[in-house]
Order: sequence, then C-alpha cells, then structure tokens
Amino acid sequence: MSRAIALLRRDLARLLLGGRGGGALLPVLFFLCVAMLYPFAVGPDAPLLAKTGGGVIWVAALLAAILPLDRLVEPDIEQGLFDQWALRGISEELVIAVRVLAHWISFGPPLMLAALPAAALLGLDGRALRIVEIGLLAGTPGLAALGVTVAALTAGLRGGAALGGLLVIPMAVPVLIFGAGSLGTGGTSGLALTAAASLVLLAIAPFAGGAAVRAARG
Amino acid sequence: MQAPSITVTDLACRRGDRVLFAGLSFALAAGAALQVVGTNGIGKSSLLRIVAGLAPAFAGTVAVAGGVGLLDERPALDPALPLGRALAFWDALDGAGDMQLQRLGLAGLLDVPVRYLSTGQKKRAALARLLGQRAPVWLLDEPLNGLDGHAAALAEALTAEHCAAGGIAVIASHQPFRLPALATLALAEHAA
Repeated sequence: MSRAIALLRRDLARLLLGGRGGGALLPVLFFLCVAMLYPFAVGPDAPLLAKTGGGVIWVAALLAAILPLDRLVEPDIEQGLFDQWALRGISEELVIAVRVLAHWISFGPPLMLAALPAAALLGLDGRALRIVEIGLLAGTPGLAALGVTVAALTAGLRGGAALGGLLVIPMAVPVLIFGAGSLGTGGTSGLALTAAASLVLLAIAPFAGGAAVRAARG
Repeated sequence: MQAPSITVTDLACRRGDRVLFAGLSFALAAGAALQVVGTNGIGKSSLLRIVAGLAPAFAGTVAVAGGVGLLDERPALDPALPLGRALAFWDALDGAGDMQLQRLGLAGLLDVPVRYLSTGQKKRAALARLLGQRAPVWLLDEPLNGLDGHAAALAEALTAEHCAAGGIAVIASHQPFRLPALATLALAEHAA
C-alpha cells in the first residue's frame, strides 16, 4: 500500500504539477481555447450556441484528454523505471492502475472546473451545465483509463503520440455518445450509460496496459 | 535472510531470429562475483536481463534466490527532478537503505536536476539507487562506462564490499573490473 502511495505521489508531481510538460494546465487551456473559438466560428447566435454548446464541451474535453498521452507511459519505459519496478515485485498492473488515477486527477477535475467558464462562453443554461458536469464526472475516468491504456500500447513506436490520438478517438465514441447524448434527452439513463462505459474502460485498463508494457519490454 | 544464489542451466538466448548463445550453465553462491566478457552484441546485456527475469529465456532455466538489483545504462531517475527528489522516490519504495551519497560524491549535487548531470554523475546516482535497494544480487551492465578513474575504483570497491557482505555480483563488461576472486565467463565459448 505504501508503495502505491509512493507511486501516486510521483505520478501526481509529474502529471499535475508538470515540469516541462506543462502539467495539468495545458489541457485545460486547450479546452478553454476550443470553447472560446467555437462562438467565433459559428457566429453570435445565442440559441444555436446554447443548443450545441454541450456537445462542443464534450468534444473539447475528449481532445484535451489526448494532449498528455505521450508523457503518460513512454518516458518511464525509456528510462528503465518499469524494469526497476518489476525487479522490486511491483506489477505493471499496479503501476498502470495508479497512473490512471493520477491522470484522472490531473485532467478530470480541472476540466470540470474549466467547464464553468466554457459554459458561460457558450451560453449554456443551468440545466445543461448540470448535465455536462455530471456527464464529465462520469465520463472522464473512462477517458483517463483509455488514455493510459493507449499510451502503454503505443509506447516506443515511432510517431506513437499521433497514433495514440487516432486510437483513442474511436474508442472514446461510446463515452462521447452517451455523455453528450444525455444533454438532448435530459434523462439520467444517458449519464448512467456514460458511467457504465467508463467503468468498462477502467476495468480493462490495468490489465491491457500492464500487458502492453510487458510486451514492449520484448 | 536466505542466502542468495543464482543457478543457470543450459540457457539459450535468442534476439530476433538469431540465437546469441546456447548451452550456458553456471552457478553462483553467496559472496561470488562473475564477470561476463565478450565482444559487442554477443549477448552480455541479454544474459543479465534474462537472469533479472526481464526477458524470456529461449531455452534452459534460471533460478535466482534473493532480490535482484540492476544497474544498466538507464539510471531510472526522473530527468526533470532534482537528484535528491529523484532518489527520494526510490528511497520511499525501498525503505531506508544507505545510499552512501557522501562517498559517491553526490551530496553536493542533490539540488541539480538529473538531466543536467554528466554521464558519470548519472552513473554514480544509479549506484546510489542500487545501494539503497539493498538487493543481495547485483547485476551490473557496463558499470564503469562514463566513470572517471577515481569513481571506477569506487564502484569496484563498493562491489567488493557487497560481495564480502555475502552478496552476489554479475558484471557484464568488456573493460577489466578489478575484484578479488572474480570469476570470468567468456560468452564467445557458448556462441551459437
């Protein structure tokens, strides 16, 4: 347990506070930029913005989740940390599970906070904002799990970061459909399905990611 | 603590579609040191990784008793972090082993980010990480690379102390490594 905490502390220091990667700030700024550009692109049509804004927030959140992919797993493989962990009997599954948690903490809650100004920019009403926030709470853990899994799969490949982005997008479609779709129906069933898709991704991530790290070791 | 040992039986290693060596057997008991010698690409590093359990053996078996510490060309320290914090992470995982920072000449470098350290300084930092791990089995892959004469002698002295305290050391290096009672394994004799 103390080992998991040591791993989590290191992951948070790297992902949340950042160093050279910009930490949690870069995805959030990217997210806000998309939310800011959208009204410029479609024009100041308030009803249209309010109707489509929730979906734009979801697309922006998905794209923002892709940004840190290349520093999620690859640096630790390159610098031999996974080998050192394996020698100490720390399984790849544990490392990946901890990393999913750290990745979510570093982009999930910040995005939910940034969704407040984004919703104001897009003119969303209180009801839509509430559904977006609950949807992000349900969906971002799945996006975090997916991001870490794909980062582990593409670690060490040439152009792995770009390939990772391309792989994440189709697999994130269920989360996006249910999350953004619940805005249209307003019901809780869409949010429940978002959470369900998230849970599936969370359950798979440690095993798929762990196997990918071991396979990369060759 | 159980006495450490390494038993390698009829081991073969394959990289890609090439068998690097085959029919390799040796046994090491507590206090033993073995230097694996051979030309570049003959499979010295591969042998260490198989013994460490990080790579699969193509044939044969490896049995290792005791925790394994690996020192290779990657220091496994976060490049962006100051050396002190990068080492503190391993300290938190391994428990309070003595990293002998003073002796390794690292005490004055703890504030320096790892990426600014020279090759030799990184190697010394990796040695500190290895010491802190307190593993009875040391696998050293080219441990003298990048070290100056003084630091190389220090690495040899640390390895000698490790073996004198009942540890095992396997050194893969093409450079001479001065150690009392050092056995030598020439991989070329087992090349397939």
